[in-house]
Amino acid sequence: MVRLKFGQLWKSRLDDFLSRNIAMNDIASAYIVVENIIRKEWGRVLATLIKQFQDFELSEDALQDALLAALSTWPKNGLPDSPAAWLLTTAKRKAIDRLRRARTVREKQGEVLSNMEPEHSFDEEAGEQLDTAIQDERLMLIFTCCHPALPEQARIALTLKSITGMKTSEIARAYLVSEETMAQRIVRAKRKIKAANIPYKVPEGDQLDERLASVLTVIYLIFNEGYSATHGEDLIRRDLCNEAIRLTELLLTLTGDEREVRGLLALLLLHSSRLQARCSINGKLITLEQQDRTLWDRELIKRGLSILITTLTGGKKGKMGAFQIQAAISAAHTAAATYEQTNWREISMLYEKLYKYQPTPVVMLNGAVALSFAYGPNAGLAAIQQIEQEGDLRIYQPFYAAKADMLRRAGRIKEALTNYRKAVELSGNKTERDYLRKRLEQLASKIEQ
Amino acid sequence: MQYMLLIYSADDAGPQPGTPEFGKMMQGYMEFNKDATKAGTFVAGQPLQGASTATTLRLRNGRTETTDGPFAETKETLGGYYLLNCDDLDDALGWAAKIPTSEYGSIEVRPVMEIPT
Repeated sequence: MVRLKFGQLWKSRLDDFLSRNIAMNDIASAYIVVENIIRKEWGRVLATLIKQFQDFELSEDALQDALLAALSTWPKNGLPDSPAAWLLTTAKRKAIDRLRRARTVREKQGEVLSNMEPEHSFDEEAGEQLDTAIQDERLMLIFTCCHPALPEQARIALTLKSITGMKTSEIARAYLVSEETMAQRIVRAKRKIKAANIPYKVPEGDQLDERLASVLTVIYLIFNEGYSATHGEDLIRRDLCNEAIRLTELLLTLTGDEREVRGLLALLLLHSSRLQARCSINGKLITLEQQDRTLWDRELIKRGLSILITTLTGGKKGKMGAFQIQAAISAAHTAAATYEQTNWREISMLYEKLYKYQPTPVVMLNGAVALSFAYGPNAGLAAIQQIEQEGDLRIYQPFYAAKADMLRRAGRIKEALTNYRKAVELSGNKTERDYLRKRLEQLASKIEQ
Repeated sequence: MQYMLLIYSADDAGPQPGTPEFGKMMQGYMEFNKDATKAGTFVAGQPLQGASTATTLRLRNGRTETTDGPFAETKETLGGYYLLNCDDLDDALGWAAKIPTSEYGSIEVRPVMEIPT
């Protein structure tokens, strides 16, 4: 079976329309409608299909078929009352067609067909189905996509593809791998879901905590890749940041006010408020210290803070956790009118608290930086000695950048230069590298003077 | 669907025979067997003798090569297995978390390939 890529499908459809002299308006609007529906409804419809057919691949193929059908009928017949219900109904029929054709699953076919044979138009039923159980079904699909039995990169790709409706080519571009590589990654993940029988359900009991943490981590990684791109020329990929926020908002609705989900949402909103201030017009990184704080998005800060405050004052479901504390750290930064006025004592205390939930060298490093501002560079340098002994951050660029900065402030210029050089060497992002180089040159010229 | 739960641990990890902790662990295994049987999940399960008793065979160009020891030299070695009937991977992982050795060793969970008859 030849599976055409979305882009190719659309192009061929467009060409088809053009050759038949259909008004350009119709094509353009059909395009926009379908594009919007993919973004908005893809996750909902796909989750419903998967719930019914218990088969990722089949559901996705059937939904693609339905989108194609939409492109050819909507411009002619007009937009259906509920495009999502129309897509669901059509996709179900297409799935049944596909099952009929698949000889190898004859037994399964009999079972499914007897339950699902369409008698008449079930647009109405589809609409109801979408309205009622739908939210649980999307939640179930998020948990499947973020299952810890899948490799982390695959979890990210599968979540973006299935829930947000991003195209494989878009995800590939965002993560700077070829479309083929990304498609492979997704295919392998779907194969494992099937082979190992990873269920389409929301985990229960003891498994829920670990699995919710995995979902939140996947979303946070998506955001971070957008906020501080580890690869490529662009420092920020705003589309990934926005998708991550959308996903968290969805998760919050679906989980009914879970504290850590709220914590994550607050964190992402607060971080996002600095997106514009973080990158100069010519794409250079602007550190927190040098940011023009008037560029911070007040609206996002307000939203982030209000979510955080109601979460921390209790009354919500769930426990205290790492995302709530990280949001509190971010909030402490937004509270300061200038970098100098930052309450570093509070921040270093929050890092200490965070370390209890996330005992990683990265958290320890950030805590050391806060200490160095609260109590002087020597306090920070003493704190990072421990990380150095453990050697966990030997290839972590921010470690050398932070150490270099503390050494510079402590007046140990030569050692600072060595560490800046190491940081430049390890940086994978051009903007970041340029920033570090500039620092290095400034310091080197000071010595010469 | 059947899952194979492969139980790995290092020789020097976990309770040693003759200690009260070892008795407790064995008790844990007995309870696991009882629970899995009661739930209709249990298909088979056995402990293996130590990795030092392992022999590995390869047939190469029609000639057998026999060597002592397990297939791969690792600190954690295969010490036993369970074959269980589970609803899905989460169900199997739930059972894996109940195996006493999971506290100091590791449990590899693998779906059994179904051969169409």
